[in-house]
Amino acid sequence: MEDLSRFKQTYFEESAELLAIAEAGLLRLAPGEVDMDEVNAIFRAVHSIKGGGGAFGFTDLVAFAHEFETVMDGVRNSDIPVTTPLVDTLIRANDLLAQLLAYAREEGEVPAGLTDDTVAALRRIQQNRGAAPAPAPAAAPAASAAPAALPDEEDAEAGIFGDALAAINAARAEQEPPADPAALPEDTAEPGRLRWTIVFRPRGDLLMSGNEPAFMLRALKRLGEAEITCHLDRLPSLQNLEAEQLYLSWTVTLLTDPAVGRDRIEDVFEFVADECDIAITVETPPAPAAMPAGPDAAAPVAVTDPVPAPATAAASSAAATSAATSAGVPAAKPAEPGAGKSGGARPGGNGGADHAGITNHTIRVDLDKIDRLVNMVGEMVITQAMIAEHVRELPQGQFQELLEGLEQLAQHTRELRESVMSIRAQPVSSVFSRMPRLVRECAAATAKEVQLVTSGETTEVDKTVVENLVDPLTHMIRNSIDHGLEPPDERERIGKPRAGTVHLSAQHRSGRIVIEVTDDGRGINRPKVLSKAIEKGLVQPGASLTDEEIDNLIFLPGFSTADQVSNLSGRGVGMDVVRRNITSLGGRIGVYSTPGEGSRFVLSLPLTLAVLDGMVISVGEERFVLPLTNIVESLRPKPADLHGLVGKCEVMMARGDYVRLVHLHALFGIPGAERDATRGLVVLVETEDGSRLGLVVDEVLGQQQVVIKSLEANFRRLDGVAAATILGDGRVALILDVAGLREMSRHTDPQDDAPRDRSAGAVLAPPPAALPAPRQRETV
Amino acid sequence: MNTSTALAPVAGIRNEAAAVNGTEEQYVTFTVGSEEYGVNILAVREIRGWTPESRLPNLPDYVRGVINLRGIIIPIFDLRARFGGGATEVTRRHVVVVVQVGERTRGILVDAISDILAIGHDAIKPPPDVDSGLIDAEYLSGLYTADDRMVTLLNVERLFAVEVHEADAPAKTPPALEKPV
Repeated sequence: MEDLSRFKQTYFEESAELLAIAEAGLLRLAPGEVDMDEVNAIFRAVHSIKGGGGAFGFTDLVAFAHEFETVMDGVRNSDIPVTTPLVDTLIRANDLLAQLLAYAREEGEVPAGLTDDTVAALRRIQQNRGAAPAPAPAAAPAASAAPAALPDEEDAEAGIFGDALAAINAARAEQEPPADPAALPEDTAEPGRLRWTIVFRPRGDLLMSGNEPAFMLRALKRLGEAEITCHLDRLPSLQNLEAEQLYLSWTVTLLTDPAVGRDRIEDVFEFVADECDIAITVETPPAPAAMPAGPDAAAPVAVTDPVPAPATAAASSAAATSAATSAGVPAAKPAEPGAGKSGGARPGGNGGADHAGITNHTIRVDLDKIDRLVNMVGEMVITQAMIAEHVRELPQGQFQELLEGLEQLAQHTRELRESVMSIRAQPVSSVFSRMPRLVRECAAATAKEVQLVTSGETTEVDKTVVENLVDPLTHMIRNSIDHGLEPPDERERIGKPRAGTVHLSAQHRSGRIVIEVTDDGRGINRPKVLSKAIEKGLVQPGASLTDEEIDNLIFLPGFSTADQVSNLSGRGVGMDVVRRNITSLGGRIGVYSTPGEGSRFVLSLPLTLAVLDGMVISVGEERFVLPLTNIVESLRPKPADLHGLVGKCEVMMARGDYVRLVHLHALFGIPGAERDATRGLVVLVETEDGSRLGLVVDEVLGQQQVVIKSLEANFRRLDGVAAATILGDGRVALILDVAGLREMSRHTDPQDDAPRDRSAGAVLAPPPAALPAPRQRETV
Repeated sequence: MNTSTALAPVAGIRNEAAAVNGTEEQYVTFTVGSEEYGVNILAVREIRGWTPESRLPNLPDYVRGVINLRGIIIPIFDLRARFGGGATEVTRRHVVVVVQVGERTRGILVDAISDILAIGHDAIKPPPDVDSGLIDAEYLSGLYTADDRMVTLLNVERLFAVEVHEADAPAKTPPALEKPV
């Protein structure tokens, strides 16, 4: 039971990936230039979801996926032309499939009628398929019934089953195989073409895994001219017949261009390789003369080359009619329990090598296990650093070997840490690939034409960072389309292409990832932004702000320039939330805008959330870490810089503004710390909303990357503390939360608020000009 | 740095005690001053020598601070201070009993480990009716007499529950993000 649920888990995880693949493929699907690989990938994704769903008995899901799959099959068959409405329907179908998967996962009841509209749309597409030779009326009534797991298939099957069924009586009567290669039309075997003989004997339970032989046979037909014969030798009497079992097998004689290789044929059977026996043999031209007249398929087998043994056995047994009973067939194939659908059991593995490689070379691991590994490696790095420290104190000139060994150990630990970290790394493409969808929807909602260009999708970042990128990026792209881009007509008038371009890029820069969202729209309307800010009291009237400062106003809480609330934005939550999200990830955001030419939003984020760039400071015996993103500068004030404010607190003049001083030792009750700011140091820090504070500390020990550890996991949250970390000597240091410190200092001394007379400029974020470079200026 | 001590003898005694019948449970006992306390052995993850802690600000004196236990940060509680005896003057011989309380791992600073006892349920006496202003009986799970000593059995779940307000349920860093729009 438990095992089953684990398989289910895997199925859902895989399905999520497959859905993403299908969606990405669908979004790239456009009329005109249809990439068959893409179409096949979508088909395979839907098919795999259906197959797995069948195994777990998710009937609604399977029924729906079947409709979806059928249409995709038509597309890859070029029966169904790719049109915009088609793509829209398919995208909707993909969404529904995701929904059905969610219901299956939650074991919830699928609401009645959920899929009706889409199924109807899919059916219409199926019925209108162009190339199908069309006695459709017979199929139509069946199609309107409840979706069945088995094909109420379109007419292409009529040939496959029809002929076979018609042949049943005759075949029975004569007790002879209906497969008779000699009966093939000779004229098709012209020189230059290859004649393949494919003997396909599915196992009886093939249908239960959601596979459909008709698809495969049709796929074969597309490769060339096919003659399909159905074998009925395993067909039991009517009393013994079980409706869900598959008793048929087929021999297909296929005439193809030499360009069609064995791979293409094997690909057709990709999903069923371990659920059937397939023998694929080829004859080289000129075929007809060399072809023995006998009905025995063993002859072509003899001529051919590398057919694996079990397959050959199956081929001859297939030809030997009734000898090959259902018992004999599985025996002919090496049993591979648990082989899954990997390529392991595939006959003639060459063709599938690339697919097999993908499935075999990755492994799913619980994130917790990786976290544990990361923790242990972190510990090891610390221990290694400690040993190195001790060894440095040893007398010089001795212990040469120990020193060399240690040097090596240091190198190994460094490499180990890097590779462990890279396990969690993921390309940002998993986020970027969601954006075309968003752009499409936004463009539709705003009646604008938008072209999305992405670059740097392969840039890798820690999984947690990738996950947290979705919301900010979604918002920024919406923002660009809604506020930035002009309507097509207006663009045309001012000489821009009708379609606006949004460029999304990612790259590594000095240990961080920089993500940019650029649009070629109208840019930030500075007069409007400024007047809005004055209206809301965010800026004093008459204040003179630089362009940069004005642009940064859009990050202020509650700021929105939208004149009216649109569907997309302007609900009072805006870029301020984006900025808060980014800063809580240890990142920064900046905006650069040129009126009439567009805007560029630049995000700079750490590569991993597990690590933080910090400044280690000391207060008394204690050490703390301040996030580098909060630090403006550190300085030693002169006595003249310090002033009392109504006898309650101390303020310091720093770069033209008065900043309130907060003594960390007083706030945290640490004995033995420096009380006089002129003999200690003041670290000027800044919270996300731009307000500043001067922290009085004893010493600044230096900049360091620290691994963030939760304090809450085993204890609880503490005011003024964001998390904890372990320093090189193995001791724990607290990572300070600047916003929290400000709150604390307010509560401890409520009258001493920050000076109120600060100019508008002080409310602003610092100029983002120095974005990628470290922002703090050391004046120590 | 991670000086795990006393584990080997613990294992030895444990086997001996395991021979006694199944209605009994094993308790690790330790001393603080002249008093002896016990906690259920199932809650005890390990026993380690004292390593210097990092202080946490603005907390009662029985929260000594936090230490690094193989990459995770655990708080250390001072049992002596918890019962109003003032902060322990630690030496290298002091011991931290690492206990697992629900999802959380914590350390309890005690003077020394004294014994492992197999105690039958019947042998545990309820704590006497003491003025609740004097002792909060909630964190005592009973009293046991070993030879002529009295062992106070602790309910570790309750003992330090005061500091861990459930409102601050463990959250993963970073905090959940707000969704824009």
